[in-house]
Amino acid sequence: MDIFIQQLINGLVLGSIYALVALGYTMVYGILELINFAHGEVTMIGAMVALAVIGAIAGSALDLPGLLVVLAGVLVAIPACMLLGFTIEKVAYRPLRRAPRLAPLITAIGVSIVLQNSAMLIWGRQYVSFPPLIPQNSHEILGAHITDLQIFIILLSTLIMAGLWLLVQQSTLGRAMRATAQSKEVAALMGVNVDRVISATFLIGSALAAIAGVMVSAYYGLAHYYMGFMLGLKAFSAAVLGGIGNIAGAMLGGLLLGVIEALGAGYIGDLTGGFLGSHYQDVFAFFVLILVLVFRPSGLLGERVASRA
Amino acid sequence: MLDLLRRPRTRSQARAALILLAVLLALLPFLTEAALGRSWVRVLDFALLYVILALGLNIVVGYAGLLDLGYVAFYALGAYLYAWLASPHFGLHLPFWAVLPLGAALAGVFGVLLGAPTLRLRGDYLAIVTLGFGEIIRIFMNNLNAPVNITNGPQGINLIDPVHVAGLSFGKTQQVLGLTLSSAHFYYYLFLAFTLATIFIAYRLQDSRIGRAWVAIREDEVAAAAMGIDTRNVKLLAFAMGALFGGLAGGLFAAFQGFISPESFNLWESILILCMIVLGGMGHIPGVILGALLLTVLPEALRYLGDWQRLVLGEVLVEPTDLRMLLFGAALVLMMIYRPEGLIPSRQRKREFHAEDGVLEQEQASLYDTRT
Repeated sequence: MDIFIQQLINGLVLGSIYALVALGYTMVYGILELINFAHGEVTMIGAMVALAVIGAIAGSALDLPGLLVVLAGVLVAIPACMLLGFTIEKVAYRPLRRAPRLAPLITAIGVSIVLQNSAMLIWGRQYVSFPPLIPQNSHEILGAHITDLQIFIILLSTLIMAGLWLLVQQSTLGRAMRATAQSKEVAALMGVNVDRVISATFLIGSALAAIAGVMVSAYYGLAHYYMGFMLGLKAFSAAVLGGIGNIAGAMLGGLLLGVIEALGAGYIGDLTGGFLGSHYQDVFAFFVLILVLVFRPSGLLGERVASRA
Repeated sequence: MLDLLRRPRTRSQARAALILLAVLLALLPFLTEAALGRSWVRVLDFALLYVILALGLNIVVGYAGLLDLGYVAFYALGAYLYAWLASPHFGLHLPFWAVLPLGAALAGVFGVLLGAPTLRLRGDYLAIVTLGFGEIIRIFMNNLNAPVNITNGPQGINLIDPVHVAGLSFGKTQQVLGLTLSSAHFYYYLFLAFTLATIFIAYRLQDSRIGRAWVAIREDEVAAAAMGIDTRNVKLLAFAMGALFGGLAGGLFAAFQGFISPESFNLWESILILCMIVLGGMGHIPGVILGALLLTVLPEALRYLGDWQRLVLGEVLVEPTDLRMLLFGAALVLMMIYRPEGLIPSRQRKREFHAEDGVLEQEQASLYDTRT
């Protein structure tokens, strides 16, 4: 039983990170109907930039408290990722807005290759480790352990998601985003500056990705130029699971996928009599993705039925 | 000469051009070895292998308009089947002409298995699902070494039998008719035969009833269905045919290389093959061949970049192999923005991409998918 609760906690932590990244996919898809393949790499860049700043401060003579150093890293990573997301949209996607559907998808793959390899050239092929700045206090709940960092990740991502929900539902920008998602042409007729809304979407999504990137690297204690690929795919699966284009769906899908993955990895050995082990963890996201797309392409919360043209 | 082949003025001119091309292809490995060294003959072999792969993927992506990002999974299946049936791993040593068709068939079956549930999905969803499938296959190849050792895990399978024909082993250098032929030379002619067969099949498919049905589905699925095309089965057939060539190339690769591991079949390999098609001209056979040749030869030529850096700067600042993928990525983006129809597009596609008036522009928007 305590294994179950432990895996549930691990799953929720991982799931809230997936949810943050999934929001970026779902917002862009909702508006542009484009799978922003490069979003995972934006997350990776966020982690790498933050780690570079953290490493520089921790290595210098300044003797700041650990949490402040991490905060400084996050505060640099967010604008860096926002600038990156903004530029990607402007350079790679905007010229192709009226092109056939596969064209921007192929560009997105190209951008993601460019980002990944640039990161490899800048930061090298080896893993970058997260300096031990965050205290690792552990609490016991129902026989399972939860660290301060895990609690913090869950709380912060809940807060951010609540804030985003308010932004989308209450603010003028949010209303403009929803209108653009329904129909770009009509929204433009109503005086919405569609280009600006799309840019804003990329800015918000990239900021969330930066935070998620720092969370992942702090949680695992590592960052790597290749980390964005798997993370991005899983977050995309989460967005599809929840219903792509749907913001609440991305949050739900992220949490669910995290839990499925953690429980699956915890129990797959027992279920298959030891034939398959926990290193098959990465397979779950894809199975979930394929199952959802086959049986319920609109996702759990998706109202718009994905067209089957 | 290519122009002569395409638009020969007389019959005898066409025949002359064809004979010239045949002689050139037959002498190519010797000319290459003399000019650039033996390692470039291996590059030639790989170029031919990639032509087969690219033409196979072109059936799926270029003709039927289904973006498949997991194509390498079929390549992997063909290669692993060859390794299982012709290596000391399981102690089996079946001849290559028995194993190759089996590998192609296995890949084809998996193509149907993957296609059946997913082909009703919209284009970009399909891309992600196929990508996931490719990763699943790779993860299984990586981990199926315990408790029963099937794939030998990340170490891969070694000592795979080379191809034997008429008592000749392609694995070592031998004297044939007074000529010294290395393993790379033998495989060049073997691959050339398979490549020419693939090109022939690709042309025949393109002009066949099925090929026209594929293009019809790519252009407008609803209209195609209204014309009486069974879109589901025809799409499945495209998937299976594409997979077949992938499996075939996989078997050839395993025999040629003598060693395979999951690392040879990662996502970037799928994307590399996709790049070849996009760069050359989707759906147009000469374009796809050019793309495959360019993208195999150029990265090899990039290796010289390291030497130039050492000459000019005194040290190697950027490893050329690291630069390779970066340039591919940039090329994908630039091609899509400035020349989406590819280097040698088919005439029809060129018109579609450069249509000026509104009607054609609308058609272009529904090139792959109808939006609702």
